[in-house]
Amino acid sequence: MASFVVNGTTVLVDVDPDTPLLWVLRDHLHLPGTRFGCGAALCGCCTVHVDGEARRSCLLPVGDIEGRSVTTIEGLGTDGLHPLQSAWLEVDVAQCGYCQSGQIMQAAALLKAIPQPTDQDIDDAMTGNLCRCGTYQRVRQAIKLAAFGSIDGVPR
Amino acid sequence: MMLSRRNFLFGASGVTGGIVLGSAKVLAQVAENSDQIPEITVWVAIKPDDTTLIRVARTDMGQGIFTALPMLVAEELECDWSKVRAEYADTNRNVTSGKPFGNMVTSTSISVRDSHEYLRRAGAQARSMLVAEAAARWRVPIEDCTAGNSLVSHRPSDRSFRFGELAMAAARRLVPENVALKAPDQWTLIGTKVRRHDALPKVVGAPIYASDVDLPNMLHAAVAACPALGGKQRRFDAGPVLRMPGVTHVVPVGDTAVAVVARSWWQAKKALDRLAVEWDEAPAQGSTTDAMQQQFREGLDADDIASGHAVGDVEAALSNAARLLEAEFEVPHLAHATMEPQTCTAHVTAGRADVWAPTQNGEGTTAVVAATLGLDPSRVFVHKLHPGGGFGRRGLAQDWARMSVQIARQVDRPVKMVWSREEDMTHDYYRPMVVARQTAGFDAEGKLIGWKVRLSGSSIAASLSPRWLRDGVDYALMDGFSEEDFPYACPAFQVACARRDTVVPVGFWRGVNLSQNGFFREAFVDEMAVMRGLGPLEFRRELLADNARALDVLDTCAERAGWGKAETGRYQGLAIVEGDHSWCAQVVEISLEQDAIRVHRVVCVVDPNFVVNPDITVAQMEGGIVQGLAAALYGRITVVDGRVQQRNFHDYPFLRMYEMPRIEVHLVPSLGKYGDQWGGIGETGLPPVAPALVNAVFAATGRRFRSLPLSLHDLGSEQ
Amino acid sequence: MIRNWTFTVTALLLVTLGMMTATFLATSLRGQAQTPDTQRSLAYFDRIAPVLQHPRCMNCHTSTDFPRQGDDSHPHIMNVKRGAEDLGTAALQCSTCHQKANSASGVPGNEVWHLAPLRMAWEGLSAGDICRSLTDPAKGGMTYERLIAHMATDHLVAWAWQPGNDLAGKPRSTPLISHGDFGQLVRDWVASGAACPS
Repeated sequence: MASFVVNGTTVLVDVDPDTPLLWVLRDHLHLPGTRFGCGAALCGCCTVHVDGEARRSCLLPVGDIEGRSVTTIEGLGTDGLHPLQSAWLEVDVAQCGYCQSGQIMQAAALLKAIPQPTDQDIDDAMTGNLCRCGTYQRVRQAIKLAAFGSIDGVPR
Repeated sequence: MMLSRRNFLFGASGVTGGIVLGSAKVLAQVAENSDQIPEITVWVAIKPDDTTLIRVARTDMGQGIFTALPMLVAEELECDWSKVRAEYADTNRNVTSGKPFGNMVTSTSISVRDSHEYLRRAGAQARSMLVAEAAARWRVPIEDCTAGNSLVSHRPSDRSFRFGELAMAAARRLVPENVALKAPDQWTLIGTKVRRHDALPKVVGAPIYASDVDLPNMLHAAVAACPALGGKQRRFDAGPVLRMPGVTHVVPVGDTAVAVVARSWWQAKKALDRLAVEWDEAPAQGSTTDAMQQQFREGLDADDIASGHAVGDVEAALSNAARLLEAEFEVPHLAHATMEPQTCTAHVTAGRADVWAPTQNGEGTTAVVAATLGLDPSRVFVHKLHPGGGFGRRGLAQDWARMSVQIARQVDRPVKMVWSREEDMTHDYYRPMVVARQTAGFDAEGKLIGWKVRLSGSSIAASLSPRWLRDGVDYALMDGFSEEDFPYACPAFQVACARRDTVVPVGFWRGVNLSQNGFFREAFVDEMAVMRGLGPLEFRRELLADNARALDVLDTCAERAGWGKAETGRYQGLAIVEGDHSWCAQVVEISLEQDAIRVHRVVCVVDPNFVVNPDITVAQMEGGIVQGLAAALYGRITVVDGRVQQRNFHDYPFLRMYEMPRIEVHLVPSLGKYGDQWGGIGETGLPPVAPALVNAVFAATGRRFRSLPLSLHDLGSEQ
Repeated sequence: MIRNWTFTVTALLLVTLGMMTATFLATSLRGQAQTPDTQRSLAYFDRIAPVLQHPRCMNCHTSTDFPRQGDDSHPHIMNVKRGAEDLGTAALQCSTCHQKANSASGVPGNEVWHLAPLRMAWEGLSAGDICRSLTDPAKGGMTYERLIAHMATDHLVAWAWQPGNDLAGKPRSTPLISHGDFGQLVRDWVASGAACPS
């Protein structure tokens, strides 16, 4: 049994404590927005927030987050879309889109820590998130749009 | 345990994803159920509220055709674009009803270039049926009625009907055979920036991918195929694993693999990792990359080499040459590494199979499932979902569909199969490994008088579709050097290829054979330019003097890139490749930082003749460039005794954010100036990157690197 | 049962005694010059040094703004950075990926996965310089008591002997001597005067 909070709701799940949070979210809680990409923290598709910080859920044992608060892409926007999600739409970032939940969750953790990130901050924070479609240029633009109001990071 | 409920209703997306946490499992629907909606033609159904469903027969794996193909229909339909929803065309209907949706294959950048005419026609047919219905109701001449914005209007009487009011009756009218299509200068939707239909579900994590399928009573399967390619599964000991939590089945998958089925995927995977399996790897013994390279190199001089495109007498030209240039090139196997590993969900019951598939080819999936299960194709129901990346992995290669039903037929419930990343990396249909030798002869004035190309590599056709071979020759191996797509003027030219098939299965990988042949050709052109005493741009201009379209693209690219004007410490490289009837030139700009390559900027100019959605076209160029750069810098799959050595993204790296250059894409559609053929865009951005990159590295180091990836070479010291 | 209990008590007593001795010696030695035990102490350090210089230790005692990985000590893949507090950058913390224990996937983990601070960098130092830095306050050096505790009982140091499998599924290499022997060597080294090679 594991008990923790997902998107504001306490859940009790009957699983082995070594089960990665990712599979609890996808297979037990039916929240498939958090994606499986590599199983080894190499791609970032499975990024969620635990107590507000970015975590790779594919290797985070659910037994380690007892009582803690998890936010997934489904719960990121508390009142409609999160500003990053709106920016993602504005820039039309996604191609296949499979990695984008993770990209957005990672970017949200970045903006929480650094509301107006430099290019270097973006490089450092987003380096763990692979996009096989190669949308990095637009990911950067969307982060800047959300942070500065313009895709080139020049405040409007 | 009802926890919370969030419903996403996607404006123009056609996606209704309901997520009910902890209680009912809701299947993602990429397609709304349109059975009850008046169908004007097979392609268009319109609801009473004007919601317009447009069917998409191809697959959107990120290349944007879920938006671009409906744009083609809507252009002629004259509907309100905000009311358009896309849905996948029903594969089973295509199979059982005489192919009303035509070709459903999504490969070779074919979706727009192959279907633009019949989709525009479909829009025009539906519009004319709606207009005819309105005219009949008003008893006015059809010519006095116009359609626009999902309305049919009769100006003289200032009356109008909404499409939704006409749809039910219009659907009963005969589909007109002859409809006139707009001229390109009359288009109002095609060529405009229209947001992607499926952007919203992708940013809110809606369940739109095949691996998100969630059916009542569904079980989960993890699979392991023989670690050696071409090997077999001999036996396994299910006993201990069957007692592990959640495990319900341990089953063979054909004679090559084994699957553990459990209540959750993690339980299945954990059990699979503990399952003792005896493999037969004998067929792959000795199959190593080094040995294959040797075998391929020998192919360059082998008797079985087959001739392709030829001009003049190349042997005579070379023997008369004042100077000769010869170089050998090599590219490795590459994996697709789609972001979503291979997956498929199947439910097999007596006389019927339902398959939820991320397929690039719905009918291909149908055929494989039918053959595997011994079913009539009409009894196979393929439910298409978005693939999390395709790049060619999920088209003709249907191993994942076969395995999915092989598992499901042994389980009396739906089973979702998901491969681990390691399984995916080690059991791909890889981009072929190929070696090349090129010889060029120049006369006393330095002019190019002969160019001979020898290729030796594995054939995709032999691997996936042997009927495409002609007398055992795979002519596609010579793409980029063929009569159709070899662009350069040379008095004597000849290409020939030797087929060397190995235990490594090969398949379509973005750009396909152009992904290597573009590199071979364009890297060698730069080497020839030095012999000719011209710069890379000037030499190409000389050889392309009679090709106005290519010159336009080349010159525009040089101009936009500031060719020859790179700042100090920056070095440029150039390449031009025609792929799928689109011309694409690129300039790559690099610097060397501690003997490591830093790619700063890629300028890309593309002429696909016509552009449906400019922003999606730009995105495709960006994607192709990133994939091409990653491959040229790092991509390499190696094999030892049939075992693929790379397992995950740590040893098969892909470009990351910090390595991302600035990419500038310029679209220069020639709008029919050079012919009617529309060009593709899905793959066009990839082939020029690798040669432009190595050409830039030559500019920076003075050295030619003729084998990829560049990470194999020490830029600082190697000769 | 009784035998085991007796053994445990004895062992504990021995350890406690050892530590008391070490503490005493360390305290009494501080500030002193050479001792008659120098030779012996240097011999102890000769066996300690390969542990400190083992990739399991060096990869986190880097002098760079990034961690290293593997027995070849290559820079951490994906351009991972040290960050201001040696815990990764603002949003990409070590703990974003490294969990409380080694993961079956091959990603190593520990309670608080982090880098040694830059002032404690050993990369590029000779064995003698590493040795001197261990107790040099300017280099983040520790008191002998803390040093013994760090080497013998620190959770992250102990990881070097339980490093799990790598991403290829192969066991990571460990220092050639056991953690227990290593801890004892450090105690013996301190007790014998904590001499450093020149």
